[in-house]
Amino acid sequence: MGTFLLSFFALLIPVAGIALFIYIVARRLAPLFRAAPDFRFDNIGKRLFGLYEYPHHRMPRPGYELSGYIHITTIICLGVLSLQVITLLLQGISPSFSLPFLDKGIIADGYRMISDLALTVLLGACLLALYRRIILKPERYNVPKSYGKDKTFPDALLSLGLLASLAVLDIVYIASGWRVDAYAGADTHILIPFTGTWITATIFSLFSPTANQVVHVLSFMLLIVLIFGFVCYLPFGRFFHLVTGPPNVFFKKIKKGSVKPVKWGIADDKLDELESFGVKKFEDFTWKHMLDFYTCTDCGRCSDNCPATTVGRPLSPRFISIKGRNYAFSHYPLKGPFIQNEPLMGDVFSDDEIWSCTTCGACEEECPVTIEYIDKIVDLRRGMVDDGNVPQSLQKPLSAIEKRGNPWGKMEKKRGEWTKDLPEGCDVKLFEAGDTAETLYFVDSITSYDDRMISIAQATAKLLCAGGADFGILGKDEKDSGNEVRRFGEEMLFQDLKNHNTEMILESGVKQIVTADPHALNTLKNDYAGLPPVEHISQFLARKIKNSDISLKSVEKPEAVYTYHDPCYLGRHNEIYDAPRDVLDAIPGLRRVEMAKSRDRSFCCSGGGLMLFYEPEEEERMGVLRVKMAAEAGATVMVTACPFCLVNMEDAIKIAGLEGKLEAIDLAELVERHLDK
Amino acid sequence: MAQVFAYITHKGGVADDSALELAAAAKKLGADAVTAVVTGTGGGLDAVCNAMAASYKEVWKIDNAAMAYPNAEVVRKALVNILPGDCLLLLPHDTFGIDLGPGLSIKMNSAYVSDVVGIDGLEGATLKVVRQEFGGAASTHMTVDTAAGAVVTFRPGSFAADESKSAGGQVVDKSGDAGDLTAKRKYLETVAAEVGDVDITKSDVLVSVGRGIEEQDNLQIVFDLAEAMKADVSCSRPIVDAKWLEKSRQVGTSGLTVKPKVYMALGISGAFQHVGGLKGNPFIIAINKNPKAPIFQVADVGIEANILEFIPELTEKIKSL
Amino acid sequence: MEILVCVKRVPDTAENEISVNSAGNDIDRGDLVYSVNEWDNYAVEEAIQIVDRVGGNMTVVAVGDDESEEVLRREMAMGANDGLLLKDSAFEGSDGKGTASILKAAVQKGKYDLILTGAQAEAGAAQVGGMLAAMLDYPYASLVNKVEVIDDKKLKVGREIEGGNQEINEIELPCVLSIQTGINEPRYVGIRGIRKVASVEIPVMGASDLGLGADTVGTAGAKVKRVDYFVPEMGAGAEMLEGSTEEIIDKLVELLKAKGGLK
Repeated sequence: MGTFLLSFFALLIPVAGIALFIYIVARRLAPLFRAAPDFRFDNIGKRLFGLYEYPHHRMPRPGYELSGYIHITTIICLGVLSLQVITLLLQGISPSFSLPFLDKGIIADGYRMISDLALTVLLGACLLALYRRIILKPERYNVPKSYGKDKTFPDALLSLGLLASLAVLDIVYIASGWRVDAYAGADTHILIPFTGTWITATIFSLFSPTANQVVHVLSFMLLIVLIFGFVCYLPFGRFFHLVTGPPNVFFKKIKKGSVKPVKWGIADDKLDELESFGVKKFEDFTWKHMLDFYTCTDCGRCSDNCPATTVGRPLSPRFISIKGRNYAFSHYPLKGPFIQNEPLMGDVFSDDEIWSCTTCGACEEECPVTIEYIDKIVDLRRGMVDDGNVPQSLQKPLSAIEKRGNPWGKMEKKRGEWTKDLPEGCDVKLFEAGDTAETLYFVDSITSYDDRMISIAQATAKLLCAGGADFGILGKDEKDSGNEVRRFGEEMLFQDLKNHNTEMILESGVKQIVTADPHALNTLKNDYAGLPPVEHISQFLARKIKNSDISLKSVEKPEAVYTYHDPCYLGRHNEIYDAPRDVLDAIPGLRRVEMAKSRDRSFCCSGGGLMLFYEPEEEERMGVLRVKMAAEAGATVMVTACPFCLVNMEDAIKIAGLEGKLEAIDLAELVERHLDK
Repeated sequence: MAQVFAYITHKGGVADDSALELAAAAKKLGADAVTAVVTGTGGGLDAVCNAMAASYKEVWKIDNAAMAYPNAEVVRKALVNILPGDCLLLLPHDTFGIDLGPGLSIKMNSAYVSDVVGIDGLEGATLKVVRQEFGGAASTHMTVDTAAGAVVTFRPGSFAADESKSAGGQVVDKSGDAGDLTAKRKYLETVAAEVGDVDITKSDVLVSVGRGIEEQDNLQIVFDLAEAMKADVSCSRPIVDAKWLEKSRQVGTSGLTVKPKVYMALGISGAFQHVGGLKGNPFIIAINKNPKAPIFQVADVGIEANILEFIPELTEKIKSL
Repeated sequence: MEILVCVKRVPDTAENEISVNSAGNDIDRGDLVYSVNEWDNYAVEEAIQIVDRVGGNMTVVAVGDDESEEVLRREMAMGANDGLLLKDSAFEGSDGKGTASILKAAVQKGKYDLILTGAQAEAGAAQVGGMLAAMLDYPYASLVNKVEVIDDKKLKVGREIEGGNQEINEIELPCVLSIQTGINEPRYVGIRGIRKVASVEIPVMGASDLGLGADTVGTAGAKVKRVDYFVPEMGAGAEMLEGSTEEIIDKLVELLKAKGGLK
């Protein structure tokens, strides 16, 4: 009778638990069925590989090694223990059940020993994690007052506590079962000394077989309840990532640097037919973005690396996800009606919060579960633009781009004027005048018009000449590339620019495009279609130097210490880290150091395009923090490969009072000075 | 020649600067007998009328409680009843003149030309004047058919005040002819501008910034210079419209009138609405990267330079003294 | 409330370099971009906000040519319910009074409680609103920087006066107001918004539709005429400091000391 009741219990709890779990997950998935479409079934091979690669590379990123290795360890332990747990559950219903090879024999005993080790390690990991949370208290877990009560801390304690309890219970279950078998003289596997099971079994030798049997049965029942309790608890907080994590990583964004279309499935020329643009209510998000919200582990690494958060702007990417998640929880409750179609802006997210983002991509680079932020922010901006809700300071440059093709409203015919001061022998063809050439130098707006930046254009032209390139510029036929226009949510203006520029480029008949502006590089390469290959001037230079087509003379300032600042759109978004460094290292005698935050950890200058016109609330300027980092690294010259970075660095050097101690220069300018003619 | 009248705006018993500027403008029209028209009530009105008698041959006083505050809708009715239909009426192109002029010209069936900066002459009934368009980028010669009368508003400061108080005029009370002064607009009160942390109208030395500063973040270099010079910072209208500085720092016709000894105009184009706020003949130093900027016409000393580069260097030098 | 807002298509002062053409009869229009007069845009935004608050309808009207339609459409994309174009070759050369007469005729074809204009346009005359009001016998307030609807019979308006002060008035409806920049923050009109209204009908009215005789409008009816455009001779102007930046700074510092600029 007792065994029957036990079997019934062992069947009932899992069945009820699984049923409840399915119900909860189904409720959680409800908004995804009302969401916008998202096409994520391309590149299956890459996606499958990503399931291993992403979590394992992302978890122990520099500075996060402890939590990273705790996590990897936990995953491995849980993997190992999964077989044991399955056996345990099924044995509850049918006591003689066992998995193949895991009943008796060397393999079975070997597994049990590994299993015991895994349990102990798991418990240790949980305790270490709890120690981190309670004693070490890493800053990135803090919840600023403006985001309400700190639910992160209790959630962390509860989830770790549950996991630790499960480990303890399992140890008790195994140890007590071992004792019962030992008393009965049956075969038992070897207990590794000082594992949890060994310690517990040793203690349990003080109790009678009956006591052990009772403990065994009780711990079993408690274990089943707690296992399914834990499983059903998962969808209530950050531990949902145990379930949604793998699919979220599988469905991650493969194509870096690009922005999602306004709506997947709607071609660019059909955009006019859409009722509404962008995300205005929760249901406008795609199902993948909603999955992102559920998957957020509340780890805070995104915000830890976000330049906007660092300078005190009202944006913290972590809370974009947490607020999104909480919104889904409250509006799609487990019981009761769904609350749909409510506006997000103003209630859940604030205008400034969303305009503060510089789209640098630092958040996406860190997230261990591959949550996307830039596409969401662009979608929210699209919604605001659609409603006419654009900050006044951005309206003028957008209207200027519309009318004149550049944000300063300067006349088209002056776009190519920078070529006038080039020396004899350096020929820049003009496609607007009917010239032809192999290569197009796409200059883009700031480099064409800004008094300071035209020197980048001139240096680039001289470098292209030195490298023997046959090239020309579009001149007045070139309009702003539109990288920022798109990321600011003005999609239709971007489409106009894209169509115009594409037509002009194709008409020119060039086979290759080169640019010194990473923003132009990014959009021409990732947002435009049907263009000839695009590269950055640093890649051109690296190639020419390697082939000895360009030779460089010794560094002008041998006592200077140079450091290279990775522009977001060259580095993170397009993964070009080495070419500029190779170019710098090719200058004989140049001393170069790396800043603490470099390559994919580079700190945004805050500069992209229209960002120059936005006035955020912040405590300090990103550029100022960055130049201080350069000074800290011992540099006296900052080299960058982006005109916006250069603008911000030069400004920041003045504001930070580092004039005379630090200077900024563009890569093209520097290399041009060192051309060995 | 038709009778010429000049409307005198006043406050607290004192006529505005435009009063004597209009007298000068009238002279340029070739009128030897100009009548001043003053509306208001009480002692303040009397004081103004008596003062104007020195500069105008005749002063028509229109006293009515309804015009205790100069409400253009009320004043218009009075003038329509009192002024001869084909007269030439001169007004200042200030916020009152802008409010009064157009409607008055219609009711009097007169021609209307506004914001005049120069007079070429009056030939018969054809008045020839100079105006500006496109924010001062272009000037125009205009002709006005004044046969049936004309209302002309003048840009404040475009004519040097006629200080010769030699008219020896009479004050004539025309209050009885005012007529029905009920209007569909009622003055309630004046809300004073918020006083900021600095009263630039009392400053001796002003460092003033305009659109040439390009971005809000660059304002710091202006404040640094002002600090080094122990001066106050002021600005032109676009800076206030963009909400980069408070209204209490705005110099100009729609802002504050300042009387510093030294005025540094940084990146300011010199549009008249700004320059109109400068009184008392300060020493004006203009720094602008556009050598054709109108500010260089009114400045004493000019430097063609980009303020973003020039100012920090100037500040350095001053600090090192 | 039924609101009519008068708008004008003008060369954009921000994105153009204005210069007088060689013939001296106009500015060089070759490379100009046009947009809605900035003051008028503030007026349209104000009207949209009033309709949002108290309900009603807002129409934008322009006196111009076919190209003026683009400006009407943009304002409709912003939120105007209807557009109206007043176009006739007979209107060309109208002075301010002529333009006001044309608008007056259009106003009388409808039934409007409130008429808004921008405080001024590119010629800086600041006259049409006041003239229109007088022709209609409506009360007028210029340089308005605040509008509050008290009830369907009157408004409370603030006018921008000297010294940055604000003159508060109560004005009866129907009335005409000319709107000053800075009264509100006009919303953004994106390309998408403009494309949405690209094919909306905009009715056109000419001189005969409005019952206007040739003597009231156009060059024939104009008492104020422009003779030419010119660039005035510059006077002596400022003494320009020359030399290297260092030299200039040194000279400047000397001058500042002498004039009391440095304490």
